[in-house]
Amino acid sequence: MAKTSGVPFQGTKEQEKQLREKLAELKDVQGGLMPALQEAQAIYGYLPKEVQIIIAEVMGVSLEEVYGVVSFYAQFTIVPKGKYKIGVCLGTACYVKGSGEVLAEVEKVLGIKAGQITSDAKFSIDATRCIGCCGLAPVMTVNDDVYGRITAKDVAGILAKYN
Amino acid sequence: MKTIQDINAIREKMQSVIAMRNHGTSKDVKSFEPTHLKREVLICGGTGCHSNKSDKIRDEFNKIIKEKKMENDILIVMTGCFGLCAAGPVVIVYPEGAFYSKVKVEDVAEIVEKHLIGGEIVDRLLHTSPGEVEKVVALSDTNFYKQQKRVALRNCGVIDPENIDEYIAFDGYQALAKVLTSMSSQEVIDEVLKSGLRGRGGAGFPTGRKWQFTHDAVGDVKYVCCNADEGDPGAFMDRSVLEGDPHAVIEAMTIAGYAIGAHQGYIYVRAEYPIAVHRLQVAIGQAKEYGLLGKNIFGLGFDFDLEIRLGAGAFVCGEETALMTSIEGHRGEPRPRPPFPAIKGLFAKPTLLNNVETYANVCQIILNGADWFCQTGTEKSRGTKVFALGGKINNTGLVEVPMGTPLRKVIEDIGGGIPNGKKFKAAQTGGPSGGCIPASLIDTPVDYDSLIAIGSMMGSGGLIVMDEDNCMVDIAKFFLEFTVDESCGKCTACRLGTRRLLEMLTKVTDGTATLETLDEMEKLCYYIKDNSLCGLGQTAPNPVLSTLRYFRDEYEAHVVEKRCPAGVCKKLLNFTIDKEKCIGCGMCARNCPANAISKTDYVAPNHKLPSMVIDSAKCVKCGACMANCKFNAISKG
Repeated sequence: MAKTSGVPFQGTKEQEKQLREKLAELKDVQGGLMPALQEAQAIYGYLPKEVQIIIAEVMGVSLEEVYGVVSFYAQFTIVPKGKYKIGVCLGTACYVKGSGEVLAEVEKVLGIKAGQITSDAKFSIDATRCIGCCGLAPVMTVNDDVYGRITAKDVAGILAKYN
Repeated sequence: MKTIQDINAIREKMQSVIAMRNHGTSKDVKSFEPTHLKREVLICGGTGCHSNKSDKIRDEFNKIIKEKKMENDILIVMTGCFGLCAAGPVVIVYPEGAFYSKVKVEDVAEIVEKHLIGGEIVDRLLHTSPGEVEKVVALSDTNFYKQQKRVALRNCGVIDPENIDEYIAFDGYQALAKVLTSMSSQEVIDEVLKSGLRGRGGAGFPTGRKWQFTHDAVGDVKYVCCNADEGDPGAFMDRSVLEGDPHAVIEAMTIAGYAIGAHQGYIYVRAEYPIAVHRLQVAIGQAKEYGLLGKNIFGLGFDFDLEIRLGAGAFVCGEETALMTSIEGHRGEPRPRPPFPAIKGLFAKPTLLNNVETYANVCQIILNGADWFCQTGTEKSRGTKVFALGGKINNTGLVEVPMGTPLRKVIEDIGGGIPNGKKFKAAQTGGPSGGCIPASLIDTPVDYDSLIAIGSMMGSGGLIVMDEDNCMVDIAKFFLEFTVDESCGKCTACRLGTRRLLEMLTKVTDGTATLETLDEMEKLCYYIKDNSLCGLGQTAPNPVLSTLRYFRDEYEAHVVEKRCPAGVCKKLLNFTIDKEKCIGCGMCARNCPANAISKTDYVAPNHKLPSMVIDSAKCVKCGACMANCKFNAISKG
């Protein structure tokens, strides 16, 4: 499997129990694999191989098929995300208002690139698709907090709040 | 289960609650007859205002109203999007209709004290339209609003989307009642056909014909699907409808189910839209509770149920066959057509798939008749279209205008023009599948056929405005990067063709392309269009083709003169210091990450220190010098 995170799997018994309960509900639903993966990612925060194996076994599909679906969709991740997930919107409205420079600044301040996680697992950066707050462009998010109408100069101040 | 009589009773009972909102503009407020409520406060809960903490504003209102024991006199409602996102967070107080913009939590106490209790409008919070001096009291009096016609958005910003009774108060579920009691399935389809409604997702296929095909298809099980996978960057029309008026979509899908003979529906929503998903879930729950979804609707013997399926961030799933493959739980790759979904769609059964905004028009067509709908728009594009205005425009937000409205009117009158005195350069419609409309064509009427004729497309309704500071080659490259990323990989022409095209574009923005590169690019564009299976590949080259068509001079400036006229493409940028303006403070040199700035021997007249100079060989074109110069002595070009 490509791009494994290198972080050892630390799933708990409790998480597995939760997952198996959800899977039991979805097992007989037509087209239930996508919702199953979404539930699993909500429980674990990402979809490591260990979790995909459980899903394949319960849903009665091959691991190849599960991985095929996981790797197709941008929102499924096999790499864990940081405690603070930073998203910089690169939708058109944000882009024409300079969100590219905002992203570059975030990358510079944290010393990682979009799609990566800092070594202390505190921050991860994603260049996101349009999140629909075009009226606030350019927009950056940290978990559920939304920062609108920002410039590269505001980045350091925003990140400092989470340090 | 509720009968039609029960629904009508709720509608009657709710009239006193909504009377204020229905009353019209601030000008006739004196004639308003009070109900049991003294005032209503509507707070925008669309994604834009929500991100600006409008939920905290609601909490503050609720807290103060409770403290002052005014719960019986004042109703606080959180609605969907009002449209004018640029002014958010937005609050409207009825019956005056006072439109307060950029409201902060700290302003709430003043609104309560002065307006809700004292009856006096808080002038300082009223909105001023760009380019106008006078403040306007009501949203409906703003230029932004006056020229709109709201059909699909009629309930957005008017009702509480999480309260089914408010939807019922505004004639909700009346269309479904009419259909189930007095129309045959063919009569429903005929009405939609006669209305001339075309798909609002972008392609503009006649909706009634789709319904007829699916109706005529042979099959024991059929499905109704709703495409809410609004993936075009800069487009948020469908999200706003789902957030502001989810029942309109549910009711329309139920009507569609009756028309084609389906009993199960699926709404495929982008997972990036958490508020829309939540409100849709609440609305489906309420509809089920009232027996408006499920078995034996209204006790009239018709069954219809709905399920939400979430996308997972794949743009291609907005394509109809890919969307259905994704609902089936697979990689969202498109399938060849024919067979069309109407014959063999979801789970290999006949399937009707329409877009959110298309459904949002259906109940109005059923209630008011096809003839009413045909009064708006042009002969071939009936009705209205919702646009998400974004980019370099004053009134960013959501607008709904009659089809055929000139683009100029949308941008200058409704959109309030371009900020900071800049010049309009182009408007981009149709997202990564569309094209750019240059300033010379700003009088083009906005309808399906006129936009196709000039090499763009209606698309789902994203309208991004660009000014002289935007480089059109860079914009084309931006969209290509998007499609390269989002190509599902099934067709070689799309998977590799878009990648090669992006490489050529990068050569242009790096200044290493030749004029032949431009010709090769054009050839490759047509090759990709002709050899891709689905809409994504077939339209991916459009941003390149349309910018080549209207902004070829800009491409040539990059290629021949090695210059980016808009000053965007970094490799072609040159920063220079005007030695007469430079006072020699050295701010630029201190902020230069590449140590590329040094002192000269020249001291300008009236200045004490020698001016600075940039060594272009060392310069990394970051622009830090220019951003830090307080004397406007540095320019780029």
